[in-house]
Amino acid sequence: MESVETLVAHIQALSGSPEDLAQLHGLLKQADGDALRAHSAALLPLLPQLHPAAHSLGYLFLLDAFLSAPANLKAHAGGDLLATVANFLVSCSAEQIRLSPDKFLNVCKVLKSEAMQLNAPIRGIAPLRAAVRKVQPSSEHLTPLHAEYLTLCLLAKQYKAGLSVLEDDIFEVDQPKDLFLYCYYGGMIYIGLKKFRKALELLHNAVTAPMASLNAITIEAYKKYVLVSLIQNGQVPSFPKYASSTAQRNLKNHAQIYVDLSTCYGNGSYSELETFIQSNTEKFETDNNLGLVKQVLSSMYKRNIQRLTQTYLTLSLEDIASSVQLNTPKEAEMHVLRMIEDGEIHATINQKDGMVSFHEDPEQYKSSEMVEHIDSSIQRLMALSKKLTSIDENISCDHAFLMKSGRERGRGFDYDDFDSVPHKYF
Amino acid sequence: MDVECEVPAAAAAAVTNGLGGGEASAAPAPLSAEQLDVEAYAAQYLGRTRLPRLLFIAQRCGVESIELEALRMAHDEARIREDTLLYRDAAQRIDGRLGPRYRYDQAWVDAVNRRAEQRKEKLETELNGHKAHLIKESIRMGYNDIGDFYYGHGHLSEAFKSYIRTRDYCTTSKHVVQMCMHVILVSIQLGQFAHVTNYVSKAEQTPDELDPIVIAKLRAAAGLAYLETKKYKLAARKFLETGPELGSNYSEVIAPQDVAVYGALCALASFDRSDLKSKVVDNINFRNFLELVPEVRELVNDFYSSRYGSCLEHLEKLKSNLLLDIHLHEHLETLYKDIRHKAIIQYTLPFISVDLNTMADAFKTSVSMLEKELAALITENKINARIDSHNKILYARHADQRNATFQRALQTGSEFERDVKAMLLRANLMKHDFNQRSLSGQRKM
Repeated sequence: MESVETLVAHIQALSGSPEDLAQLHGLLKQADGDALRAHSAALLPLLPQLHPAAHSLGYLFLLDAFLSAPANLKAHAGGDLLATVANFLVSCSAEQIRLSPDKFLNVCKVLKSEAMQLNAPIRGIAPLRAAVRKVQPSSEHLTPLHAEYLTLCLLAKQYKAGLSVLEDDIFEVDQPKDLFLYCYYGGMIYIGLKKFRKALELLHNAVTAPMASLNAITIEAYKKYVLVSLIQNGQVPSFPKYASSTAQRNLKNHAQIYVDLSTCYGNGSYSELETFIQSNTEKFETDNNLGLVKQVLSSMYKRNIQRLTQTYLTLSLEDIASSVQLNTPKEAEMHVLRMIEDGEIHATINQKDGMVSFHEDPEQYKSSEMVEHIDSSIQRLMALSKKLTSIDENISCDHAFLMKSGRERGRGFDYDDFDSVPHKYF
Repeated sequence: MDVECEVPAAAAAAVTNGLGGGEASAAPAPLSAEQLDVEAYAAQYLGRTRLPRLLFIAQRCGVESIELEALRMAHDEARIREDTLLYRDAAQRIDGRLGPRYRYDQAWVDAVNRRAEQRKEKLETELNGHKAHLIKESIRMGYNDIGDFYYGHGHLSEAFKSYIRTRDYCTTSKHVVQMCMHVILVSIQLGQFAHVTNYVSKAEQTPDELDPIVIAKLRAAAGLAYLETKKYKLAARKFLETGPELGSNYSEVIAPQDVAVYGALCALASFDRSDLKSKVVDNINFRNFLELVPEVRELVNDFYSSRYGSCLEHLEKLKSNLLLDIHLHEHLETLYKDIRHKAIIQYTLPFISVDLNTMADAFKTSVSMLEKELAALITENKINARIDSHNKILYARHADQRNATFQRALQTGSEFERDVKAMLLRANLMKHDFNQRSLSGQRKM
């Protein structure tokens, strides 16, 4: 039975080469458990003897042992502990901590709960972002920390901070639950930024992800999905056929009122929608979706005005007001003005005789910016299709896949079995 | 100024009345009532179909003199045909308004029912005798007799069953056709048009060459079935294919005038201009039918030669009578609406810009009403144009192919990107799920 001091000495000595680290990892694992836990309270003073970057692995074990005792947390409640942990997360070495990801996750979770307890979620954002980057093998990997990080961003209302993580495309997932949470929180962040198209993508992923049984995250995501679809597109698409049958069968039952809302929206009558929302305010409020629901309501004006631009070249403000059910031409003018400012319609208002002239989209696809934009899309898509080809090759060489498709081939040759890419793109 | 304001209001009132369906337009209908000659109408038809048609007119026309006239004829007809059910219906609706001769006669009803019962028993014993002897042809005749008997007395579903039963005893294709014709007749009266379509195709599939009269009957019946199931285009095709041999041979179901009206309206509502030319205007067979109803012939010609105003006027004149047609009344509003939309669309098609005032004149409506109609059609993507509401001019819209292509390409690109990413993600999840399941027996989400 080694004492804690010897352990610290070992850590200091064995944090250099990878071989040493492997040995140290073995030692630490032996020591972990009763030995470290028994002395957990005494571990904190020892930490300054270690360097968070150079001795990350040892530091991590000691810190985790210390933090996993609730009594210690209580005794050191306050900002100092948070600062220590945050400092460790920012400066630790990625290679070392990846030897023991579970412990690292624990430490991060403690940081998050501490930050929330102090009512200062913003203090957790920077260290957690660093932690996410360190624990990810590549930017395509989803880690359990993603969801934790996004929660903090949401709570601190630092939506822009969330983007740094959300802008990476995620392909590799270990735990489905992580993905659901990531999509849900990510969707909420995009909603906060009013980037509804991106929000829709994430929520769509949460709703259509394969699942064996229904979960609460999906239900909540579906509710928001319905609302955001209405705001963005004016209608809710039906489930694509790749959505799991569980979702297709059950989701609507759990979000009946939202389905009703979308049918009501489809009727196109503002006053009807308003009464529907008013009579169900409570339910929307308990779901914390009332704000979004209100945005759905005001999006109806926009949609109706947009529809007018397709139909008319000129229209008086009065006619606009009456056809979109606004009370006065003045209000109509406000709405039209705001939409012109936001680039949602192309129009000019003639205040002299109260006429609005609608124009066609002035984009001529001739500017150099547009060419650049198109070029970058092409590059992105080429990279994507390369990736697709390589994955296709991987799958066609996959043992399990060949076994299964070989068996199916016995029943008759079906070309579709070998098509991993949706047909419509070819 | 005041006068001008009143016109749209009147037009609006006319439209709302029109949309309200039969009941609404029945109220101010003295004009139509005078136009409709019940006796002449009834003379077009033979057999049982007169009864429901007359009763229908009585119910819908809303003018007492016509109502009573129709009821009187229905009453007489029912008495002759010994249809006690409809007799009671007619007598109750007359309600003593035509004097003592038209009061409900319970004694007569009882006598008729008793006689019918006896006849039925006789027919059934005969049939059982045939069954015992296993003579197929006689059994078939027996069932046919029972079917005829039920049909004569207005028990349609029993008649239907009897006719269906003859199916097992048909030995020649002639019998099959006869069976089909019976079933079609009864089904039309029952209002079960799915059967009609079925049995029409069954009759058409018989190997022997069919009589042209039978073919014409089958086409008319099929057209009727498609009309009732709201497949107007198919209905138009069938009516237009109906041969002139039909004549008044099928007047227990449909009069040749009806074929002309149904066919023309369905065709106007659903055909495009070239089809209209080749299948209606130049169709010699169908011209024979159209000659029977000159108003309809006129309106088809008006429509084809783009005299929409007079076409719509003709339609409006015919409307109140057509609303009293037992088959057409339900579909009249839809057909009229479609025809009107077609007319508007065709009017705008050749122009780059259209002055709404001239157009409103051509359609005999106000500018503001027309603008609304146009707006609705543009929203439904039926007209590719935009309205200059300030100068009251409609401008055709020429899509910029180049811009549209760019837009579509970019959109497809971003959709592709999004879908592929989502797909890869799902594929990975599934792979993961697969691994988890093969590692441990179960996994909780």
